[in-house]
Amino acid sequence: MIRQIGKRLATTIPSIIGVIIVTFLLTRVLPGDPAAYFAGPAATPQAIEDVRRSLGLDKSLPEQFVRYVTELSRGDFGKSLTSGQPVRSDIAQRLPASAELTLVGLIISMLIAVPLGMAAAVKQGSFIDHACRMIATAGVSLPVFFTGLILVYVFYYLLGWSPAPLGRLDVFYSAPPHVTGFYLIDSLLAGEFETFRASLSQLILPAATLAIFALAPITRMTRASMLAVLGSDFVRTARANGLTPRTVIVTYAFRNAMLPVITTLGMVFSFLLGANVLVEKVFAWPGIGSYAIEALIASDFAPVQGFVLVMAIMYVLLNLTIDLLYGVIDPRVRLEG
Amino acid sequence: MNQRPDLDTAHIAATGAPAAAAAIATAVASAAAEKDATPAAAPAKQTSVFAHARYVISENPVTGLAFGLFILISMCAIFGPWIAPYDPLASNTTSALQPPSAKHWFGTDQLGRDILSRVMVAARLDMLIAVASVALVFALGGLSGTAAGFFGGWTDRIVGRIADTIMAFPLFVLAMGIVAALGNTVTNIVIATAIINFPLYARVARAEANVRREAGFVQAARLSGNGEWRILLTQILPNIMPIMVVQMSLTMGYAILNAAGLSFIGLGVRPPTPEWGIMVAEGAGFIVSGEWWIAFFPGAALMLAVFCFNLLGDGLRDIVDPQRRT
Repeated sequence: MIRQIGKRLATTIPSIIGVIIVTFLLTRVLPGDPAAYFAGPAATPQAIEDVRRSLGLDKSLPEQFVRYVTELSRGDFGKSLTSGQPVRSDIAQRLPASAELTLVGLIISMLIAVPLGMAAAVKQGSFIDHACRMIATAGVSLPVFFTGLILVYVFYYLLGWSPAPLGRLDVFYSAPPHVTGFYLIDSLLAGEFETFRASLSQLILPAATLAIFALAPITRMTRASMLAVLGSDFVRTARANGLTPRTVIVTYAFRNAMLPVITTLGMVFSFLLGANVLVEKVFAWPGIGSYAIEALIASDFAPVQGFVLVMAIMYVLLNLTIDLLYGVIDPRVRLEG
Repeated sequence: MNQRPDLDTAHIAATGAPAAAAAIATAVASAAAEKDATPAAAPAKQTSVFAHARYVISENPVTGLAFGLFILISMCAIFGPWIAPYDPLASNTTSALQPPSAKHWFGTDQLGRDILSRVMVAARLDMLIAVASVALVFALGGLSGTAAGFFGGWTDRIVGRIADTIMAFPLFVLAMGIVAALGNTVTNIVIATAIINFPLYARVARAEANVRREAGFVQAARLSGNGEWRILLTQILPNIMPIMVVQMSLTMGYAILNAAGLSFIGLGVRPPTPEWGIMVAEGAGFIVSGEWWIAFFPGAALMLAVFCFNLLGDGLRDIVDPQRRT
């Protein structure tokens, strides 16, 4: 098992190296002068030259790369021009907001998609199956920012059930003491139930938007893999031996059907992390996505670079976790190695 | 193959290799006979494809619906500026923020511009971005994937590594990074969308070329003296085209979504250019005060376009590759 993990860890190293090289190349090789970027629009040629020297941009490309990697290893992502803060602290401060949103979105989505996909597979050709197919096709066609706006219109403007889509917490509440950075958990830890309720009501719409977005691939995958498992020999044997349909479906089929679904989660995360940026923009959510958008509009490159790097490394690590989890759930994967 | 020399020469004639000119008289004759036989066979094949297409459409009316939508969108993209009832850029503050009415079917925005006209005119830019990026990724990913699957070895390893590296990023995030680095223009949105779709195309093309690398017709072409690149371009590529066309249709929707997402966050297209993503972004601020139509109609157009291409892709796949039906 440990050898297995070691082997899998070794395969992430090329990915991380690739990610670092690409983020490096994004600023250095492509057209445009990064020194002029970092010096700002009003800089004199002399100032640009100074910035070039201080950033090491007058050195050769390999030298710059070594410098870039050493700075990264020290956790130095550069400074944001607009906020004047180091990018690392900005990102560290905003990351929990994004993580909370994405995770809650994913959990809601799983809670709906998995039972739906199972029901569609068990009652193939029924009303549920058709509804499931509709959701899967419509879900991939919905632009995530459009879903978000419709939800805001219906639940904020028409029904008035949810608060204004302006961030994580209403201005009347103060943030709970920082423990995990997740407002839902922190407020419960501090025993502030009113804050918990307030942050939940802010969170529910953006999380639902993400959930609708992730619904399609998870439902489709659950249905397909459940169908494959239900057609297999061991399920037929279990049925022939007179086990109740409930036991067959829940104990026998479900566990096996979940394996491919967990693999798909890797792809779902790729979409979710991207969709997250758009949802944060719609709901003015103070996460790293909206941070990157602000920086993009201001042509402030260091935060964008840091954002791309952090997202990519998170994604690589998520895939690693998913693969390791797969080994825990499915003993066969362990034995084969 | 040795027993059928006539087939080989016919093949040379069909591929137009220079060696065909030097072929002996009998072979030419048999090749000519082969050629004569081809036109007779071709219409029969075409009708069968056509009949199959009609069967698929009648079996699945949704595909027919998608085809109708596709024609509607294409009409808007081609004739949009001429058939739009108003000038999409003309502002008129006296009629600002009007809800949909008989005069303005989709209402007017904060500057009094007619939203229906803007949605219609925007179709051209959105389709252009999507088509250009799909064409670009087909050229890049399709060709390098085919080469990777056909040649194997180092070509395969390099293309595979590039695809893996791109896949290591959350794709939309990578697109943001690319646009930020290359500069904030529409061309760069096309490039970024093409790059993030690269792995998909490269992998499909690689798999399809790989199964065919030792196929009979490839060996025949090789035996008759064609170079490897020539075989790749004249034998392999035409054979994987149907699969690639399905792939293009399936990724069109994704390309539209991606480009609209980028312009929604303020990249690429600049106001007042009508484009669906940026129109939704402009209308987003009015949602909370109840003016839903500004963001709704461009968003709905976007959704329908993506929906249409996804359905068309599924329908095309049913025609080309019935085994992969779901």
